[in-house]
Amino acid sequence: MPKIKLPRKDTWIDMTPMSDVMILLLTFFMLTSTFLKPEPVKVNTPGSVSEIKIPEKNIFSVLISPEGKVFLDIDNPDDRTKILEQVAAEYKINLTEKEKKDFSIGTSFGVAMNQFKEFMAIPGEKQKVVLADYGIPSDSTDNQFQAWARAAREVKGKDMVIAIKADQSTPYKRIKAVMGSLQDLRENRYNLITSLREVNEAKPVK
Amino acid sequence: MSAEVQQKDSGGKKKPGQMKKLSTRIDFTPMVDMIMLLLTFFMLATSMSKPQTMEIGMPTKDKVADADKNEAKASEAVTLYLSKDHKVYYFMGIPDLVKQNYLKETNFSPEGLRKVLLEKNSAIVTKVNELKTKKLKLQVSQEEYEKQLAILKSSPGTPVVVIKPLDNSTYNDMISTLDEMLICNIGKYAIAELEPNDKTLLKNSSVQYEDAPKK
Repeated sequence: MPKIKLPRKDTWIDMTPMSDVMILLLTFFMLTSTFLKPEPVKVNTPGSVSEIKIPEKNIFSVLISPEGKVFLDIDNPDDRTKILEQVAAEYKINLTEKEKKDFSIGTSFGVAMNQFKEFMAIPGEKQKVVLADYGIPSDSTDNQFQAWARAAREVKGKDMVIAIKADQSTPYKRIKAVMGSLQDLRENRYNLITSLREVNEAKPVK
Repeated sequence: MSAEVQQKDSGGKKKPGQMKKLSTRIDFTPMVDMIMLLLTFFMLATSMSKPQTMEIGMPTKDKVADADKNEAKASEAVTLYLSKDHKVYYFMGIPDLVKQNYLKETNFSPEGLRKVLLEKNSAIVTKVNELKTKKLKLQVSQEEYEKQLAILKSSPGTPVVVIKPLDNSTYNDMISTLDEMLICNIGKYAIAELEPNDKTLLKNSSVQYEDAPKK
């Protein structure tokens, strides 16, 4: 019996189609991505059947932690600077250009104005870690949250959307306080951020 | 397998005028590796789904003259109290301030609050479901559907729900209740604060409506 001669096969694989597809995917993800914003505290939003999506810009978002601490986030760096200047002027705090710049490119914030300078002096990475211990005072004696909301409305105009994001276990008392401060400013429409929940269709009960 | 381009450059002497044969194959492996890495990064770092939101309008705090206030008909009114441990207390119509244990208790399960509300709203729910099937069969357009839905939800005879969350309830309770309004197709609802009458009612039914005083 003759020996079967196995032909020597080349191990080279043509990767061109694969890299083509991958570059395509990569471009897609790079262009469509909006990055997850880091939040000072982790909140589990309650589920709802509502399917309205949140608008993309002009958002004044209020984050309420399970303990009732209030954090804010404002988009658009220019608006952030203007709003900060206004609030700082109200609390008579002089800010350096560096502080303004650092603030404008940041994300969520939440410190009382009297601690602001002290907080901005902390190096960037550490700020994110300690931020969860702060929170904007929002009680009736020192309602800085209201000052921020007022400044934001003045800077951003009437198209600004107020989004409230709170944890499932946040006591209603804290929500009421925040909404109450907003109602004092005649801000009566909010977007409550929820996660999607599936529910069977309601059947009429006779 | 590494880059194999121009590997034979250090070969022996060539005859002048003769072109050197070079392999045109380029090793893509490092590039593919890099792209894979980037791709994985972007896939993990993106948030594809935008968060859902629920739109809500709260009443103004401005004083409203009593004459301007809309009084809900007794037959249409439902008042809900959200209490601690995810319990809901409710009554229909005009409250009886004297009777003990007047409030009825329920919860957020489908057999609880939803059943109560659906019973109250059965006529509209039937109509809305009919409308939905029509929409599924593409007999009505999206705009037409939304318009009709809004009309149905605000038609006379639909229940008016007043939601009164107590201080010891959680945010989740509030959202769940608002959610039930959506599920049960109730168009007229409002979040209100406790009034003295409510406190009497809650007291009569021995519901704790404030946080326990700190000792």
